[in-house]
Amino acid sequence: MKNKLILVVMILSIVASGLIFAGGAQETAKEDENLRLVLLVKSLGNGFFEAVADGGQEAAKELGNVESIYQGPSASTAEGQIEIIETLIAQKVDGIAISANDRDALIPVTKKAMKAGIKIISFDSGISSGGRIIDLAPSDAELIGRQQIQLIAELTDYTGKVGVVSATSQATNQNEWISWMKEEIKKPEYSKMELVEVVYGDDASDKSYREAVGLMNKYPDLAGIISPTTIGILAAAKAIEDEGKKGQVQLTGLGLPSEMQQYIINGTCQQMALWNPVDLGYTSTYILKALVEGEVEGKPGDVIDCGRMGQVVVGEDGMSIMGTPFVFNAENIATYAAIF
Amino acid sequence: MQQADRQPKQELVNISRLIDENSLKEKLILLFTKWEVLLGILLVFEFILFSNLSPYFLDYFNLMNSTFNFMEKAIMALPMIYIIMSGDIDISIASIIALSSFAMGYAASMGMDVAGIILIGLAAGTLAGMFNGFFVTILKMPAIAVTLATQSLFRGVSQAVLGDQAYTEYPKSMAFLGQGYVGDTLIPFELVIFLFLAAVMGFILHKTRYGRKLYAIGSSREAARFAGINVSRIRFINFTLMGLFCGIAAVLLTSRIGSTRPNIALGWDMEVITLVVLGGVSISGGKGNLFGVIMAIFLLGYLKFGMGLINLSAKVMVITTGLLLVIAVLLPGFLDGVKARRKLKSQQMASTL
Repeated sequence: MKNKLILVVMILSIVASGLIFAGGAQETAKEDENLRLVLLVKSLGNGFFEAVADGGQEAAKELGNVESIYQGPSASTAEGQIEIIETLIAQKVDGIAISANDRDALIPVTKKAMKAGIKIISFDSGISSGGRIIDLAPSDAELIGRQQIQLIAELTDYTGKVGVVSATSQATNQNEWISWMKEEIKKPEYSKMELVEVVYGDDASDKSYREAVGLMNKYPDLAGIISPTTIGILAAAKAIEDEGKKGQVQLTGLGLPSEMQQYIINGTCQQMALWNPVDLGYTSTYILKALVEGEVEGKPGDVIDCGRMGQVVVGEDGMSIMGTPFVFNAENIATYAAIF
Repeated sequence: MQQADRQPKQELVNISRLIDENSLKEKLILLFTKWEVLLGILLVFEFILFSNLSPYFLDYFNLMNSTFNFMEKAIMALPMIYIIMSGDIDISIASIIALSSFAMGYAASMGMDVAGIILIGLAAGTLAGMFNGFFVTILKMPAIAVTLATQSLFRGVSQAVLGDQAYTEYPKSMAFLGQGYVGDTLIPFELVIFLFLAAVMGFILHKTRYGRKLYAIGSSREAARFAGINVSRIRFINFTLMGLFCGIAAVLLTSRIGSTRPNIALGWDMEVITLVVLGGVSISGGKGNLFGVIMAIFLLGYLKFGMGLINLSAKVMVITTGLLLVIAVLLPGFLDGVKARRKLKSQQMASTL
């Protein structure tokens, strides 16, 4: 009984200490005028997201009055992210950009945050409509497709036959990108180029390899291969080297820097594209700042200035597109290969 | 005559003074070697520390609101005390949540009303708990093996049906349970439910014969059986209760996040067991009390919240929790040693006099 009494006294002393310390703490609450913008990622310890954080820091430095905070749960769960958002609401941060572990489960808590005056956007992995103001996608089909043709054209001096090593024949993403490639290649500057065939490696290394070899055998004068899939481009690079066609057949596509590093450095694949996590963190921070300072409301048609990334236009339902994918080449590959 | 009379009296006074002084000291030592008291002191330190580190910590709204983060786990910790107390373990509890939440999502997709959805959720949890209890007590299989299997099984059902899909269409009025506040106050409804359940479970554990039997079973299952306790029945009831409370937690969690995915509550089994062990319930059974676990719940809950407020990385939180747990496992043994030594010493002193 006595022990319980002492525990009650302890709890009272907690409350008392609260009164004592609350006085001192409240004064420091609003001492700095910096906007506190949070990048909340799926989980910590992931190189991709560490790079997102770097982008946030870069933007914060440029903007001056922004403090970029990097947060994430230790495991990729929606519950972990919800806990963090609750503490961010308590801290009264100004804005949160989220790469969500669950597009629906975060909605109640992000709604609560928005009600508390915090601006919420999602990037990389979006939150469903209603739970955020803007959803920033790294790129869109048209930009990706057109860029692939531009990249291969630069490598082949705008002449010759080009083949595509895609994923599966039903892959929605790749098919959409390829249809935009076909659109782009109709432009007059590509008049000496021809997209001869699309083959499907089914996102399997061995099949992609065989299909790439088959493509080179079928068109001995093939000038270039585009592989808009990370597995395909890796297999195609190996196929070109094994067939001794390095320098004769150029290669580009969408590839992971860490996997493609050796081929980019030795010149088999001189340039390729993919969205860049640094840019995602950078752009998200710029968008948050514009929303927090009331420059834009995030309505469709709003244009947000995003520093070195140019302008981002808010589309229907808050969907926005960052821009064309980032181009990796021998100069920058080492930096990004260490990240993802 | 007079001298002879005075002599023993003085001695008597001396002895009584010795015991008196000793017992006061003993009482203090006994008090401060009590685990839940140490947790209470830690909690006070935690409050002082965080209120100095962050201006947002000691804020009535924040302290209340942050309980949303750990109330479901706290509710699950209550029957887990019973389970661990009686020498069992249940590592399928997070999967029971997944199963129960899945059942609710299915019911909602069939157009059932809120009361129906809640009933289905509670029933699914209870049945899952009984399923565990059946294998453990009737088929006499080890609890760790049974619940390891059902851990995959219960979540597997949800995974098989939902895949990468989710149930998101819940009636709007259901949101109150997991997101609402009591009346116009800032007290979360979830917190009230927890306090109520804690009072009931605490009463059963400390004031009823059922509770005494739990301690007896945990100390020695055989001895309890010989003392005429129906050990199997009590263990079966424990697992059923665990299932029911998981059902309650599932209702609250599903209501709070408004959706059901197969990976819901992933990893919570270990977090709940952590709360109970940190609360001083001996993992080998027979020792501990509800008060320590409640202390541990708020200690860890506010630790996470405070660390989040000063934007400490989640990795630091994981390490801190791990360290606390190591201490929780080692320190009670050490304290028992201290207590035993003091007792021995005082007995020796009394006997030499």
